[in-house]
Amino acid sequence: MDSYALTIIAAGALVAGSCGFIGCFLILRRMALLGDAISHSVLLGIALAFLVTQDRGIVPMFVGAAVFGLLTAVIVQALDRGGVAEDAAMGVTFTALFALGVVLLTAFAGRVHLDLEHVLYGEIAYVPWDVLYVGETPIGPKALWTLGATFLVNVALVAIFYKEFKICSFDPAMAAALGINVTFFHYLLMAMVSFSTVAAFESVGAVLAVAMLIVPGATAYLLTDRLERMLTLSVAVGVASSVLGYVVATLLDASISGAMAGAAGLLLTLALLFSPSQGIVSKAFARRRVGLKREDMVQ
Amino acid sequence: MWNMWYDPNFRWVLAGSVLLGVAGGAIGAFSLLRKRSLLGDVLAHAALPGVCVAFLLAGSKEPFPLLAGAAASGLLGVYAVDVITRWSRLKEETALGVVLTVFFGVGVVLLTWIQHSGAGNQSGLDSFLFGQSATLVQKDVAAIGAVAAVLIAALFLFFKEFKLLCFDRGFGEGLGFPMRFIDGLLMSLIVLSVVIGLQAVGVVLMAALLITPGVAARYWTERLDVMLLLSGLFGGFSGAMGTVFSALAPRLPTGPLIVLTATAVFLVSLVAAPRRGLVAKGLRLWSLRRKVARENLLRDVYEAYETELEQPVLADEAILSRGVDFDQLLSGVSSARLQGRSRAARRLMREGLIRIESREGRNVCVLTPKGLEAAWDVVHRHRLWEMFLTHEADLQADHVDRDADTIEHFLTPDLVEALERLLSVHHREPRLLPSVHPLGAHGRKE
Repeated sequence: MDSYALTIIAAGALVAGSCGFIGCFLILRRMALLGDAISHSVLLGIALAFLVTQDRGIVPMFVGAAVFGLLTAVIVQALDRGGVAEDAAMGVTFTALFALGVVLLTAFAGRVHLDLEHVLYGEIAYVPWDVLYVGETPIGPKALWTLGATFLVNVALVAIFYKEFKICSFDPAMAAALGINVTFFHYLLMAMVSFSTVAAFESVGAVLAVAMLIVPGATAYLLTDRLERMLTLSVAVGVASSVLGYVVATLLDASISGAMAGAAGLLLTLALLFSPSQGIVSKAFARRRVGLKREDMVQ
Repeated sequence: MWNMWYDPNFRWVLAGSVLLGVAGGAIGAFSLLRKRSLLGDVLAHAALPGVCVAFLLAGSKEPFPLLAGAAASGLLGVYAVDVITRWSRLKEETALGVVLTVFFGVGVVLLTWIQHSGAGNQSGLDSFLFGQSATLVQKDVAAIGAVAAVLIAALFLFFKEFKLLCFDRGFGEGLGFPMRFIDGLLMSLIVLSVVIGLQAVGVVLMAALLITPGVAARYWTERLDVMLLLSGLFGGFSGAMGTVFSALAPRLPTGPLIVLTATAVFLVSLVAAPRRGLVAKGLRLWSLRRKVARENLLRDVYEAYETELEQPVLADEAILSRGVDFDQLLSGVSSARLQGRSRAARRLMREGLIRIESREGRNVCVLTPKGLEAAWDVVHRHRLWEMFLTHEADLQADHVDRDADTIEHFLTPDLVEALERLLSVHHREPRLLPSVHPLGAHGRKE
């Protein structure tokens, strides 16, 4: 395996790490689709950042995207409080912001190369060539640095506030009764989701970012009952999906991000069928064993 | 601007968008109530692998095979969501997210594979996803129109069943309706609407047509049939306005403009809808605050009079003209409440319920006979309520969340009598009686 492949797999694994990690909390809090919503509405932030600064540099776009990601979370929360069901609130919000982003881009940035497909699909295959320089010295692919930093920040925040995140996910009412600022931790999580999604799809595309927010966490949820294990498992599953996805994509000569998402789906299907405690097949076997024993007892 | 009416292409696009909006809006109302708003979004993404497989099999971009592929993979997606939620502990929104991302990921793999292998004339296959309503021609509109008509007819035909499904599935099962089949039918209608919408407005925007008009319609009514009509109307209106705007400003794409119109309708509903809108809610809150401030002030004045009385006394001019220290009534409240309180005092003066007199440098508040009646009424009701909450609430817990104003409406006469007895046992009966009140006359007799 050459360094090109290793770089791509590392980028995939870092996306899987940071997104899968916080995805666990989204799944436990029943907000799995928020990542999808955020990943669409940041388009408006990217478009505005571009129109204001006339620059395709990473910093303004990152700031614009993160602001609108967080804004989506705030609007969804406000509508939810106002009596709109949460999923409907998400739908209204992200479609509106996305549509506005598309209109702005086509109206004012038509001739500039800032295409939708690139934002949505991303292209992880270009990651190794986009190198970050310190002065004149290349210090490795830019995406690895941004993704690595995001991953470290996520892990650090969760490690510091582990207890708070845990109790807010499982029993917000109890958390409030214990004097934990539930609203603060909600928005902290939303901020982490926004930043991770934005960092991820700036380099690898929205498909992979959103898939990694949901699928590895769901797989881990089927395999364990303990939050610590769920977090480590989700990272492991994410890394495995990125390796598997890369191999499949090279064999087929197809989109690497898409294949990584597909591989995550395959691993989830396996867990769905064969998870020791939750799997469909395992449960069927368990039922059969119990059934046999009952017959034994009758005889 | 009226020239565009003579452009046949514009009229086809307009007709297609309106039909799509009406069908999407009406079906979206059901998917909102079924708490599956994002299903449309999920299906729209899940259609991608189906479109690719259909292209590989058919080898052409003929719309019909591609639409059939989209529908098949959408249905497969719905089925996968159903299997995941039924057979594992993953919740519905997680299952929806899994299906969306995995199907779309596989679709992207297939799409790029087709593009790289150069099979046939594949260019523009991805425009299926982003939609190009400006390119709708007569044939497409005929197809959209036919499907939309079928969808609307199905909604009318199965209105009762879908209503049961949304509001009380268990009851429907008890009545012997095949609820799983009905649910599947509704999901299939959603799939169909997504499939016809994909080509016209694309993935994300079709999701909006299914969600936003329904959410907007919900603000205006509590009735399902009205909500359906409104939702269809809003959807159709958005389709029409989006098309017109995009014809006026040719650089702007139709799909996003349709969505933005729908969002505008939603925002207007959010602010201006009667009863559920923000303005109506604000007005209600304001008038409630006003009422509470008024009642609290009346009660405080009354109780200040009352402290000097040992037992029930029929009020006469002498007692009333004693007055109570008004400055004391205003002291000890926060500045925000003080404002409300002085406004309430001014209103009570205008209504002739109290007089403020200046005696020896102090402001003294005097109840008029009319004011006494009002104050007695407020105090009496609140004390009955107090007795009810302390003694009877454990018997009728469902009444506790009402407020004191409505107490007469749901307490039976004998319960009121029992509460009146409790009032006198606990020495909580209002002790300053207005002369004209029947109970006041009653009190005098005793």
